[in-house]
Amino acid sequence: MTAFWTKIRPKFWKAPIDLLDKGQNGSYYRRIWQVVVVGIATVSLLPLIAMTLMNINQYQNALKAEIIFPVARLVSNTKRTLAHFLNERKAALTFIAQDPALHCCLSDQQRLNRIFRRLKSSYGGFADLGVIDSHGLQRAYVGPYDLKGKNYHEQAWFREVMIKGVYISDVFFGFRQIPHFVIAVKYEHDDGDFYILRATIDTDRFTSLIRSLDVRPFSDAFLINAQGILQTPSRFHGGILEKINIPVPQGSVKTEVQEIRDHSGEPIIMGHAYIEGSPFIFMVIKYEKELMKNVGRLRKDLIVFLGMSVALILLVVLGAATHLVNRIYEADLKRTAALHQIEHTNKMASIGRLAAGVAHEINNPLAIINEKGGLLKDLLLLSENFPERDKLVGLVDSIISSVDRCSTITHRLLGFARHIDVRSETIDLGHLIQEVLGFIGKEAEYRNIAVSTHVPDDIPLIQSDRGRLQQIFLNVINNAFAAVDDGGKIDILLEYKAPDKVLVTVRDNGHGIPPENLETIFEPFFSTKGEQGTGLGLSITYGLVQKLGGQISVESEVNKGTSFTIILPVKS
Amino acid sequence: MKVLLIDDEEEFVTTLAERFSLRGIDTDWVTSGSDAIRRADLTRYDVVVIDVKMPQMPGLDVMESIHKKHPNVKFIFLTGYSSKECYRACKEAGACDYLIKPVKIETLIEKVLEAAQT
Repeated sequence: MTAFWTKIRPKFWKAPIDLLDKGQNGSYYRRIWQVVVVGIATVSLLPLIAMTLMNINQYQNALKAEIIFPVARLVSNTKRTLAHFLNERKAALTFIAQDPALHCCLSDQQRLNRIFRRLKSSYGGFADLGVIDSHGLQRAYVGPYDLKGKNYHEQAWFREVMIKGVYISDVFFGFRQIPHFVIAVKYEHDDGDFYILRATIDTDRFTSLIRSLDVRPFSDAFLINAQGILQTPSRFHGGILEKINIPVPQGSVKTEVQEIRDHSGEPIIMGHAYIEGSPFIFMVIKYEKELMKNVGRLRKDLIVFLGMSVALILLVVLGAATHLVNRIYEADLKRTAALHQIEHTNKMASIGRLAAGVAHEINNPLAIINEKGGLLKDLLLLSENFPERDKLVGLVDSIISSVDRCSTITHRLLGFARHIDVRSETIDLGHLIQEVLGFIGKEAEYRNIAVSTHVPDDIPLIQSDRGRLQQIFLNVINNAFAAVDDGGKIDILLEYKAPDKVLVTVRDNGHGIPPENLETIFEPFFSTKGEQGTGLGLSITYGLVQKLGGQISVESEVNKGTSFTIILPVKS
Repeated sequence: MKVLLIDDEEEFVTTLAERFSLRGIDTDWVTSGSDAIRRADLTRYDVVVIDVKMPQMPGLDVMESIHKKHPNVKFIFLTGYSSKECYRACKEAGACDYLIKPVKIETLIEKVLEAAQT
């Protein structure tokens, strides 16, 4: 797991040092990355998630509304139709009851038969018809039962119709176990006496009306009474004249639609309306689950889509942020390295100018000493021999040879200073290396380090920049000196690789470089010198070699030695 | 053969002139370019030995100036370091050489004689 993390971990996660000395170590870039990721992810994900949730919610609500509204409509319309049906029958009976012919002869059976026949043919659904006087006695009857002479005086319905003038009964199993209900109307004479016209109506009209409603599957429509007894058969809630298994809704004549749960906990939409003037309540029940299946499906689809989008967005955001912050980091690194390089170059340039100034100043008195010494020698040699003459000549000679030594040094200094700006000239590598060795020759002597240079005959002159070459070799040779102990050995070998390359190898038998450092040794800010090293020497050398069109590589073995190989083109 | 030495360091130029004389060369010396130009008008010199860097007038300008009237005078420049401008100018003029200070007297004398002969 850690190996995987190390592989995918971006470079800036553990930035090695404080770039630009502004407290910008790894956590600075990490922080930028975190801010970018969190910021962009939040801004892109929050609206997406919010919208998805809103979408689901709205769809759910819309769908519900779409279910509820038709239910309300259905209930309203059906209630109206049923009420109309009842009112029509009531009206018919009322109309008949007003017939004057009936008034006088309540027990005119024939007349009643005629009326019944007419009633049946025009309205249909009438099962029987009877006339009952104000004492509750059935005076005339036409129908399947034998009810003539029956007295209803004690019955509740009789009392109700006496008071209210109209009565509609619950459904009951009547003739041949067919469900019926009764409508009774009262007619009052002028003298206060009254009679009642009572008809039994079968419910098939009701039932077929309700059945004809376009109720989709998983829906139910039926009539119940105030006690919850089914007046028409229902699909899911019991047979006719059974009690339904859901509580009877309180209600009004107005249509009401509610979302409740049925006896088994299923969510249902229940619409109902009381049919006024009757004991009936019309109900429509729709099962939510099936209808809301669509919502469920949509919700699942949206959530899957949401999940994938979130994953994709996160991936892209993480990838982009990592990539960008990496680029920033690398740019910062490059910039810092470049700045250091410029600093270094400037430093070199000012050292060069300083050295040149000093050298120039010294050259003049040196020239004077040279001539004065020379003249002294001339005069001594021209004069006659005297005992100390040879000694004096010898002394002058040593003065002059010291002047020569000084002048070699000043010439070297001036040579170094001169070549800070870029030039291309023909260069003898062997000579140049000797020059460079001249700079640090004394150290070799003091520390007893054996430096050998091997320049084969076939090494061609190369076109390159003298100043840069001097810097390169100075650096590499200095490194070699730093790596060896006193008494160590440094070899410099040149080799011509026809047709267009020359190899220079600087090999030492010093401490060597551990393999894990070998990979990063040319990177800026890599240093084993701790506080003292800037870690820039080799990276600058690398840059210089690159600028000359060459390559530099290193091989090393701990405690055995190191060998730097610089390949230079013959023509830059 | 007459030789003119020009250098702003008097100690140097006088000592060098004396060494030339000891070797039998008729030598004059001055310490500035303007003096040199005046002297060159008075005396015909074969070779002029001059420092490249002089405070009031650079050696190359002196050569240019003297060459206007006396184009056959040979010049030898003494310079603190070898310089490309010197080299180029020498090549153009075709009549000079240069040496790096401090010089070996023998080398200088050799160059002077060489120059006088051409």
